[in-house]
Amino acid sequence: MPILVYAESDQGIFKKSTQELISFARAIADQMNTEVVAAVTQDPSNANLGQFGAHKVLNLEQPSLSEFNAELVAEALTQAARATGASTVIVSSSANSRYMAPLLAVALEAGYVPNVVGLPQSYTPLTVAHNVFTNKATAFTSLQSSISILGLSKNAYGVHHYDTSAEITKQEVTLNPSSVEVISLDKASNKVMIADAEVVVSAGRGLKGPENWGMIEELAEVMGAATACSKPVSDLGWRPHSEHVGQTGKPVASNLYIAIGISGAIQHLAGINSSKVKVVINTDPEAPFFKAADYGIVGDAFEVVPDLIQKLKEFKAQNA
Amino acid sequence: MKILVCISHVPDTTSKINFNADQTAFDTTGVQYVINPNDEFGLTRALWFKEKQGATIHVVNVGGPETEPTLRKALAIGADEAIRINQPATDGYSVAQALARVVEEGQYDLVIAGRESIDYNGGMVPGMVAKICGYAFVNTCISIEIDGTSVTAVREIDGGKENLKTTLPLVLGGQKGLVEESDLRIPNMRGIMQARTKPLHVKQTENNNAMSQTLRYEKPAPKQAVTLVENAEQLIDLLHNEAKVI
Ligand SMILES: Cc1cc2nc3c(=O)[nH]c(=O)nc-3n(C[C@H](O)[C@H](O)[C@H](O)COP(=O)(O)OP(=O)(O)OC[C@H]3O[C@@H](n4cnc5c(N)ncnc54)[C@H](O)[C@@H]3O)c2cc1C
Ligand SMILES: Nc1ncnc2c1ncn2[C@@H]1O[C@H](COP(=O)(O)O)[C@@H](O)[C@H]1O
Repeated sequence: MPILVYAESDQGIFKKSTQELISFARAIADQMNTEVVAAVTQDPSNANLGQFGAHKVLNLEQPSLSEFNAELVAEALTQAARATGASTVIVSSSANSRYMAPLLAVALEAGYVPNVVGLPQSYTPLTVAHNVFTNKATAFTSLQSSISILGLSKNAYGVHHYDTSAEITKQEVTLNPSSVEVISLDKASNKVMIADAEVVVSAGRGLKGPENWGMIEELAEVMGAATACSKPVSDLGWRPHSEHVGQTGKPVASNLYIAIGISGAIQHLAGINSSKVKVVINTDPEAPFFKAADYGIVGDAFEVVPDLIQKLKEFKAQNA
Repeated sequence: MKILVCISHVPDTTSKINFNADQTAFDTTGVQYVINPNDEFGLTRALWFKEKQGATIHVVNVGGPETEPTLRKALAIGADEAIRINQPATDGYSVAQALARVVEEGQYDLVIAGRESIDYNGGMVPGMVAKICGYAFVNTCISIEIDGTSVTAVREIDGGKENLKTTLPLVLGGQKGLVEESDLRIPNMRGIMQARTKPLHVKQTENNNAMSQTLRYEKPAPKQAVTLVENAEQLIDLLHNEAKVI
């Protein structure tokens, strides 16, 4: 029974997380002696999904799926799962997938485990490790349902390369109109999103005021990073709420997280500690963030950050 | 309008997370419990509906008797009645099934839950309740206005916002933005007194199917000490050559 992957796309491009999802599914499929079927809602002909491990691509494309709608995607995947007889469905941790997956779980009477951090611990029954208590602990959970849905944490497995050539088949799905209609979308198209970012540059109350974020944005730009902030910074209105990261804000699971003028309160660390490498820049050597970080500079952000921007530009010029 | 607010009873955000000796259950020793932060934003938005447009608010929790102080707090802030489904919260699916039965019995127009609970972080209960009940569903909701049965809502998406139109009955997965941090309410003496006499119904459930079972927990391995560097150049060198992230 194949493994179905929801191969998400955004504005016509497959998301980078899709590559990781497919590779993860492939490793599971190899263990279970089965195939990976990537379900897509956009034209897949220019994307070689086989190179990440997919055996088949199931094209569900139709006009009502051209924009994301959780209800319609869940219904389309339900039909795809039934048609393929899938035993496992793999989804990402994006806001859209987390919106859609619970609907799919009920439709398929499937157990659903989000925040999965690695390959299954066992296959019969399917048992997986996943983050709980906003990353303060890992739980090992066994699924008792005949179909299972796993939500993979970002950067938890990595992208692997295969030379599989995935055959594309068209799957017709019948969809009723959704009860929720999207009227408009406000999305900054040139900004790196926290959810997708490999590098996140984050700043806290140590920056003193919103007028000082110019250097944070510049640093982010030089690094191709997303900008983020601590909770008080967004509560004070210095930065938009969408940048608030931590236990009660957005989770961060980037490769690199740079915290500038952030003390490292337990609620802040809980949300960002899935990031692989953490850097802290803070005037106070006693700031708790130094206990959580991999690299640190004890220093004044107003001196360190401009210098870092300068040196990164030089570094990039040399390594270009 | 009848509103049901789903309240998850969770360890305070400052809690140290520990487990029992055989690592099979959360150790509650010394842990303070609170209303899940996302649910508190939703509850406060419900109170505004009550005050400005007229609504009755029921709050519900699936859990043991230990969650009653959390429900009483919701009553003290202004909810009208509380319901406790006397059942251990085994997994998201079984909790959603129990909640869906309450929703169907009570014929609620609007069900407000949180985007996720900060304990098990499933982020699955609201969507499951919506699907079981056949209600519309808006997740990561940061704004909602209701006129009759017409609803306009704003959903936070990765990197932006989406403006949505839907109709009651509806389930929300809510978060900060529904109201601001400064709008949250602290129970006053009068509220606490009133909460003592407001109804708190305890219901038994019929069997709900759990789809998963957590076998054990682990805490993250202790971290290596931080490497302190003097300047930007050294940092770039280490990030490039040692950590290999730039
Ligand atoms: C229920 C609850 C939930 C919460 N959830 C979150 C959450 O999700 N995310 C979150 O971030 N917080 C959260 N918090 C808040 C958290 O407890 C802290 O208050 C917050 O993280 C502190 O933000 P900060 O580090 O920006 O500010 P501060 O704690 O004020 O720290 C500022 C830091 O900047 C340093 N500094 C000052 N000047 C400079 C300079 N010139 N250069 C360099 N460094 C400098 C200081 O040494 C200090 O360490 C929550 C709190 C509660 C009660
Ligand atoms: N045991 C429970 N009782 C009542 N509501 C719950 C319970 N568990 C979860 N919820 C609701 O569902 C939301 C999401 O929870 P979760 O799916 O566990 O992340 C919470 O914010 C609550 O509103």
